[in-house]
Amino acid sequence: MTDFLQLVFSGFATGSIYALAALGFTLLWQAAGTINFAQGEFVMLPAFMMLALLSYGAPLPVAFALTALISTVVLGWAFKKSVVDPLFKYGMMQIVVASIGLSIVMKNAMRAGYSAEAHPFPSLFSDSLFNVAGVTISTGDVGTLVCALLVVFATQAFLAKTVTGRAMQAVAQNTESAAVLGINVPKMIFYTFAINAVLACVAAILVTPVYLAKFDMGDSLGTKAFFAAIIGGFNNSRGALLGGLIVGVSENLAAAYISPAYKDAVALVVFMVVILFRPQGLLGKREERKV
Amino acid sequence: MSKKQILFGLAFGAVVLCLPPFLKNYGVYMFTTWLIYVIATMGLNLTVGYAGQKSLGHAAFFGIGAYTVAILMKAGFSWWLGLPAAIALCFVLGVVLGFPALRVQTIYLAFATLGFNTAVWLVMRNEEWLTGGTFGLNGIARPEIFGYSLKDGLPYYYFVLAIAAIAMGLMWGLLRSPWGKAFQALRDNPIRAESLGIDTRNYTLLSFAIGAAYAGIAGVLFASLVDFIEPAPFAVGASIMMYLMVVVGGSGYFLGPLIGALVGMVVPDWIRDVFPILSNWYLPLFGGTVVLMMIWLPDGLMSLPDRIRAKRESKLASAKRADAKSEMAAVMGEQK
Repeated sequence: MTDFLQLVFSGFATGSIYALAALGFTLLWQAAGTINFAQGEFVMLPAFMMLALLSYGAPLPVAFALTALISTVVLGWAFKKSVVDPLFKYGMMQIVVASIGLSIVMKNAMRAGYSAEAHPFPSLFSDSLFNVAGVTISTGDVGTLVCALLVVFATQAFLAKTVTGRAMQAVAQNTESAAVLGINVPKMIFYTFAINAVLACVAAILVTPVYLAKFDMGDSLGTKAFFAAIIGGFNNSRGALLGGLIVGVSENLAAAYISPAYKDAVALVVFMVVILFRPQGLLGKREERKV
Repeated sequence: MSKKQILFGLAFGAVVLCLPPFLKNYGVYMFTTWLIYVIATMGLNLTVGYAGQKSLGHAAFFGIGAYTVAILMKAGFSWWLGLPAAIALCFVLGVVLGFPALRVQTIYLAFATLGFNTAVWLVMRNEEWLTGGTFGLNGIARPEIFGYSLKDGLPYYYFVLAIAAIAMGLMWGLLRSPWGKAFQALRDNPIRAESLGIDTRNYTLLSFAIGAAYAGIAGVLFASLVDFIEPAPFAVGASIMMYLMVVVGGSGYFLGPLIGALVGMVVPDWIRDVFPILSNWYLPLFGGTVVLMMIWLPDGLMSLPDRIRAKRESKLASAKRADAKSEMAAVMGEQK
């Protein structure tokens, strides 16, 4: 039983990171109809940027702040301006293909231009273990979970409580009415891209100490974030959190009780079950087809 | 067909028939690889380009074809049994993979197929008793035909060329048949197709199954070409590459895969051989090209002639308009 609880808990920690990346996915989808296949690389680039800043002697918080700023400009503004805006009129698949291309560029340019090795990354948290009712818990897991949950809830509070956040939701739900009501639509869409970039930076600082910084670290992260987003419900930002945690926990349990070799297939199985029986996701609303 | 197209076709036929004997072994090998990927992406072009489905799992079928023939030959069966077995298995699994497509569309489908590929890849990597795991399977012999061995590079190339030609001919026939029109109707407007009495369900499944069967044929040929298979060339990345090859070549263009496979498979190999320094930078360059193409030439390289023609025609039309306008002005001036 204690083993089980331990697995569930560390699954929560991994799952909360998936949730961060998944939340960015759903936000982009809602506000801008954009599926970003390069989401994993959006986590990989900040990780390397932070490493570079650290190697110049910047302390981790400073490195993070600078990286978040640069990411907002590059992965938020520049990505929107140069890739999404020109393609928006063609529809979703065009953006998907372009973002696949972008992910290939980022990954392989990092490998060719910098390094194909895995680089260690300093953890935010000390590496100690403690005991709660017989369950061994690592500070890293607790810290990761708390940080990730705080960021997810803060994002949701921002969307639900502030005027800007509500305007962003209005744009996501009905762009035309939002424009009629005097909401600055392009600005709100830009905010979504900026939030996505910052969420990716947070995911980077939490996940890299475990995964190590490597050019292809985004591969599995991006896919799992996507599975998590669909499992939870693509048109619901709370779904991303639920989906992320489900994927994290079920992966951990399957690795321990079924087979570690098939760990990566678990998210897939959950995903298949969900799209076969509830394609709109666990918390999602159904969308009708149009002629 | 216009005269230009016939001339182009003849020149192309002459190149693929007559050039390889003058190449070194490596050149022949690359030509063979190219044809194999042409067969595979031709199948994907049917699924994606003509029937409008999304598939990021094509390399899984490519791998299933390769492993089927390798495992059967290990068990002592002939290559000529392995080929139909691989085609049949891929066809059946293609139908199975088509089922999610009946439930979900677009990006959901893309990820469902991507997940299928991950699952197949995990089986190839983990089930060592069957697939040899990461050590792979080796010693996959090339077939004999009427007692004539295809062991050498050049005879095998012509064998692959013959199969590719048959596969292309069948695809051409399929696309011109009512089935082909039904696939395109499915792509252009599924609900209207349904209301016209097209069984969209069957055609969706068929588009996946036939596409998968083509990948299976290509996989069998690939296994015999490289003589050693391991899971890497059948991973998700390979599926994504195949999808990009279809898009870059021109999805829904019959000859798109010829160009797509060239740009996606042969050119990188050639660069690796000729400019080793650049080899690491080919993929970033390719990815960047895909992004730019989506912006400026979203229908792929095959749409370039259409594009140029359309531009020339619109230029002519606007020139004519300008002429007419000045003529009108002149006439009006005379009247005054």
